[in-house]
Amino acid sequence: MLSRRNPQLNAHGELIHLLSIEGLPKAVLTHILDTAGTFLSVNDREVKKVPLLRGKSVFNLFFENSTRTRTTFEIAAKRLSADVINLDIARSSTAKGESLLDTISNLSAMHADMFVVRHSESGAPYLIAQHCAPHVHVVNAGDGRHAHPTQGLLDMYTIRHFKKDFSNLTVAIVGDIVHSRVARSDIHALTTLGVPEIRAVGPKTLVPGDLTQMGVRVCHDMAEGIRDADVIIMLRLQNERMSGAMLPSAGEFFKNYGLTDGKLALAKPDAIVMHPGPINRGVEIDSSVADGSHSVILPQVTFGIAVRMAVMSIIAGNEA
Amino acid sequence: MKVLIKNGRVVDPASGRDEHADLAVAAGRIVAIGRVPADFESARLIDASGCIVAPGLVDLAARLREPGHEHEGMLESELNAAAAGGVTSLVCPPDTDPALDEPGLVDMLKFRARKLSLCRLFPLGALTRGLQGEVLTEMAELTESGCVGFSQAEVPIADTLVMMRALQYAATYGYTVWLRPQDGCLGKGVAASGAVATRLGLSGVPVAAETIALHTIFELLRATGARVHLCRLSSAAGVALLRAAKAEGLKVTADVSINSLHLTDVDIGFFNSAMRLSPPLRQGQDRDALRAALADGTIDALVSDHTPVDADAKTLPFGEAEPGATGLELLLSLALKWGGDAGLDLPSTLARVTSAPVQVLGEALGSLASSAGRLVEGGVADVCVFDPSATWAVNPAGLKSQGKHTPFDFASTGTALPGRVRATLVAGTVAYLSPAQ
Repeated sequence: MLSRRNPQLNAHGELIHLLSIEGLPKAVLTHILDTAGTFLSVNDREVKKVPLLRGKSVFNLFFENSTRTRTTFEIAAKRLSADVINLDIARSSTAKGESLLDTISNLSAMHADMFVVRHSESGAPYLIAQHCAPHVHVVNAGDGRHAHPTQGLLDMYTIRHFKKDFSNLTVAIVGDIVHSRVARSDIHALTTLGVPEIRAVGPKTLVPGDLTQMGVRVCHDMAEGIRDADVIIMLRLQNERMSGAMLPSAGEFFKNYGLTDGKLALAKPDAIVMHPGPINRGVEIDSSVADGSHSVILPQVTFGIAVRMAVMSIIAGNEA
Repeated sequence: MKVLIKNGRVVDPASGRDEHADLAVAAGRIVAIGRVPADFESARLIDASGCIVAPGLVDLAARLREPGHEHEGMLESELNAAAAGGVTSLVCPPDTDPALDEPGLVDMLKFRARKLSLCRLFPLGALTRGLQGEVLTEMAELTESGCVGFSQAEVPIADTLVMMRALQYAATYGYTVWLRPQDGCLGKGVAASGAVATRLGLSGVPVAAETIALHTIFELLRATGARVHLCRLSSAAGVALLRAAKAEGLKVTADVSINSLHLTDVDIGFFNSAMRLSPPLRQGQDRDALRAALADGTIDALVSDHTPVDADAKTLPFGEAEPGATGLELLLSLALKWGGDAGLDLPSTLARVTSAPVQVLGEALGSLASSAGRLVEGGVADVCVFDPSATWAVNPAGLKSQGKHTPFDFASTGTALPGRVRATLVAGTVAYLSPAQ
């Protein structure tokens, strides 16, 4: 099909939008991680700014509520010297009946240079990227269950920071994988970067069998899933899934799949524990693990800003 | 009006006739095939050199959107699309707004379609009032108004007891019940369950949504002796169940849509909402099974599943986009493409969109049953003349249908389709003539 060219790359194979990690070459991912490394030092300076996006307008379009992700994007854009406009669309125009594309057209008319989009529907940022003006760049900040590519990249940055090399790792992703855009982005990134063993761990309601087609090993037993793992990524269990037809209770989930010190002992002695946040203490992770020596949850947040600076500066420098 | 179609190759799947012959039409009927009387004076001459003269197509599933969804399609635009597609009879489901559950609505629809003289219209009545799945409609009254069967359209009946009663009641009068086999609870997703839906993070519709519904329907057929037409099968497992039900002797027929026959979930690509369809596109093995079942007659008919959707409802994220695609003008070409791929001869290919759907309709067609979907002397002159060697690039802007969304848009497929309609006659009247004529 003619329209099948990956819409986030231009004709030269350069990144113009970041919509998903799927389909991005290893070199593009590595370039983003390397660039993030150079920005990490900016965050330690007294004046935490570089002028790369000076004069550019970055619109945070959050069709779904989020405080943390929006804040990290805002900080990243401001450290690049961009003007940042936050639009909480969940409570404004679309609530008045304006269509998604009308909202985009209106904001484009205000000469936006970049949209950072979060939406509850999988694929919404693709629609926006297809319909916005050619000079506008789109960053997916999480769409439905589909992708959360900057989270995936900051997870990769974290793993590389602590483990140096991807080619000999065992990574276990634990919890609600079926509804998780973070898991999908992590899986695509890990396979692209050459991780040999990726495990998806959880009950069958949350870890469907056809995940194997994404290149992961599906484990329904927690001990088997995290044994000898180098990296354990715990996912957030959304409140609405804690009791119902997906799971009987948060308590039973914690008993079987919650990460405790006892279970962590099955992993490699130098294993790191990650979590995209916000964490549910006592649901997917025990406090002693979240606050313990294996946890790299807070470094993830710090790296997240550098990674988002890297993504925004790279795509802003490439033309459609 | 007297019409003479000269120099064409007359193909009539029902009789097996396949010969070069002239075809003469007078007073709405075919008066001669070959041996046209020397003194036959036609008011209109259609030169069918290099063309096939076939029965007009009979489409068992086309939504016209009236009443209630006029912003997406009007009777006139959609019946013009039918004529341009060589479709001379079509069956429309009752999911209008209001639903076709009152004889007055059916009378009005039939009357307006008759005035347009573009295509014969055979509505399905709602099986339950307002398609709510609770109270039966006045099926006998609706039949008198012209309904050819009863359907729940896309709304499954949740209550199995109501379903059984509806089948019993319909069986009393010999009415056919048209059901799309889909379990209401399992069918809530937006794409077929499988690797693509999992990867894209789209909620899935498992094959069991179809097979559970089929098991229920077949059990109820055994209990009630009703006759059911299954609308738009989508899975290989569904085909296997249908094959077994037919072998058992249950009174069941089935159709498949042009979309499920040619596409798979991989075609969703980067969330292309033109591929948002109901039933959802399934995997390659399902498509292959559907194609084989249509070829061997397990699936009786090929339908357009024509559903005009306006741009506002399609330019949305995949899961929020309205399901459906325009199809009336593509039915012939996609039948020919399938027949060519499957190595079928032309009569066998055309049978799936002419004589076979007429057999599905059966006695509900009344006096038309003996001659619709076929070319016989003395029969109604519903004729489609098409050029089998012409190809065309589907350009949505050029379609007569108000619905401009199709998975087969040349701009996205890069593939031209075979077969182009040159002329369409409905009851001996020229309903469509291509600009080239």
